[in-house]
Amino acid sequence: MTTVETRRLTHLEWLESESIHIIREVVAEFERPVLLFSGGKDSVVMLHLAVKAFWPTPVPFPVLHVDTGHNFPEVIAYRDATVERLGLRLEVASVQDYIDDGRLRERADGTRNPLQTQPLLDAIEGHKFDAVFGGGRRDEEKARAKERIFSLRDEFGQWDPRNQRPELWNLYNGRHTPGQHVRVFPLSNWTELDIWQYIGHEKIELPPLYYAHDREVFERDGMLLSVGEFAQPKDDETVQTRTVRYRTVGDMSCTGAVESPAVTVEDVIAEVAATRVTERGATRADDRISEAAMEDRKKEGYF
Amino acid sequence: MGTLLRLATAGSVDDGKSTLVGRLLYDSKSVLADQFDAVERVSRDRGLEQADLALLTDGLRSEREQGITIDVAYRYFATAERSFILADCPGHVQYTRNTVTGASTADVVVLLVDARKGIQEQTRRHLAVSSLLRVPHVVVVVNKIDLVDYDEATFDTVSAQVNASATALGLSDVITVPVSALAGDNVVTRSERTPWYDGPSLLEVLEQLSPAGEPQSEPLRFPVQLVIRPQQAAGERFRDYRGYAGQIASGLVRVGDPVTVLPSGRTSTVAGIDTADGELLEAYAPQSVTLRLDDDVDIARGDLIVTSRSVPTPTQDVDGTVAWLSDRELRAGAKVLLKHGTRTVQAIVKQVGGRLDLDAARLQPAETLGLNDIGHVTLRLAAPIAAEEYLHSRAAGAFLLIDAHDGATLAAGMVGDALLATAAV
Repeated sequence: MTTVETRRLTHLEWLESESIHIIREVVAEFERPVLLFSGGKDSVVMLHLAVKAFWPTPVPFPVLHVDTGHNFPEVIAYRDATVERLGLRLEVASVQDYIDDGRLRERADGTRNPLQTQPLLDAIEGHKFDAVFGGGRRDEEKARAKERIFSLRDEFGQWDPRNQRPELWNLYNGRHTPGQHVRVFPLSNWTELDIWQYIGHEKIELPPLYYAHDREVFERDGMLLSVGEFAQPKDDETVQTRTVRYRTVGDMSCTGAVESPAVTVEDVIAEVAATRVTERGATRADDRISEAAMEDRKKEGYF
Repeated sequence: MGTLLRLATAGSVDDGKSTLVGRLLYDSKSVLADQFDAVERVSRDRGLEQADLALLTDGLRSEREQGITIDVAYRYFATAERSFILADCPGHVQYTRNTVTGASTADVVVLLVDARKGIQEQTRRHLAVSSLLRVPHVVVVVNKIDLVDYDEATFDTVSAQVNASATALGLSDVITVPVSALAGDNVVTRSERTPWYDGPSLLEVLEQLSPAGEPQSEPLRFPVQLVIRPQQAAGERFRDYRGYAGQIASGLVRVGDPVTVLPSGRTSTVAGIDTADGELLEAYAPQSVTLRLDDDVDIARGDLIVTSRSVPTPTQDVDGTVAWLSDRELRAGAKVLLKHGTRTVQAIVKQVGGRLDLDAARLQPAETLGLNDIGHVTLRLAAPIAAEEYLHSRAAGAFLLIDAHDGATLAAGMVGDALLATAAV
């Protein structure tokens, strides 16, 4: 017998293959999946993997955007162009609608990230979605590090971190009773650096604000916020034009930019590889509140 | 770009697992400044002099409050050599099921033993789990070596205990490393305080181990996830396209290979291997691909495409070893669901054939299995599966038992006497 040379996948090929397997399992075992798509880089990569998973068939499920109303216009433009290009159905759950008709009230601190939970859960219930793909990664945050790839939610959308199903081999158990749904995280095992290396490798287009550009910003709590409708400097905060980029994209009132000269994907990969601060630590005001801010939001049904 | 190694930690409570993981992350420069600042701040608030590195991994509120790890936490770090996915598993007996979870996908189990205490019941349990799940490598970290004054004789004694226990459970080639996770000895760099130890540091061991299995040396096993059939949805070119999407569980496939579809037994030839990036001439585990076959055979989700050179026999009678993960007791007569590959079938438990006694390292007669028990069961299935001995193939021999009513995962199952083969000697 001739010996076969052992071939191994690179770690990016391995991650891609795992994610495609997960996405296909969901489509095979669930009735009504939906993919959370914000135009942020993780959801863009997740959608790219979904396109690859079903080639040459179009992606067989709609996408859902939980819209805070505090959007970066470039990201909404990107979202709409992507949905158009891929022929997807876009559902929007609007926080603004909830505020307008009194179902939700604006928070004192102005951030709308925690307000996304109710419109998300209502959209899941209203459309009878039974599987919801989220772009969460375990390296993002300590509570997310405990999350299963298939994560069961009860009738109230709650996550019970102390009573999660064991997840063995690559045999995912998506069984659920009526009213329950499953959150699925195909990017669980990816890191921020993996995401960027993959974006480079696959030549995936992103909203332009992920790359360095000049922007009017002011500093608050050590973060650079963009001057605009949703964030105005107070009297003691001065506006400056700086060369910045965004590491994450979320609610414009609480998502900070970082100073960066990184114009190309290669520049960003080098920058992420050398960084000393996590992306949430650098750019998300709402996750700085407490040690358990994310855990508490997730238990209530946040993504 | 490097390869990937998956590891799982194990050990008794208070053996310092979280500290070791924190140390690995910190010393390999995978902890970023804001994460470390948060740990230092909390440590100071608690009156500690040093940063408590365990706080890096204990992610849940109740874990931080109780100072123990409850659930598997996944961590990511990379060196110049390779990327690592680490499943940090809890030590308490009631969380053994999480160790089973972590070990099921691991290339290596890193098992901690307190140098002062030597081998504990949990150590033997975790060695048994590693053996049962056929984790390719086990590295035993003899931790807290600083608390025995870096004593060589203590290390030798504990190593001998570990090796005796491992051998009894069918594990060979267990590597032992003297470590102080707290002080950092032999974690990333070799320590000068253990001059009598001339082996590699833990990280050096992890960089050098070969990942699980040699996927190309096993026969092709391809569980069909779904049939790709665009009809009108992808234009004229793909009107008659029919492909079978899946992730290669083991082996290698080439265009032109003869294959057999199970459980039907129909044969065909591989006409094409498709991906969104183009056609391939060959593919291997664990690639996700879409296979086209020469003949228009009837294939659906749950079928298994195998090489015609090695065809397993589908069966409705399965003897298996299970790690029982549920609070509900298992006894003969129970009706459950069994998931093997992409196939889920109904099953009846015909017999509970014994429970592993860890002290004796062998099966004792038993009629029930409870939470964290490892035992033997005989199952009758409503439809056949192409079951293969887990001993020969982790990919083709693994199954889940699932509660048909509420969907809970009840057990990790392994086809065959995985346990007898290791423990009954």
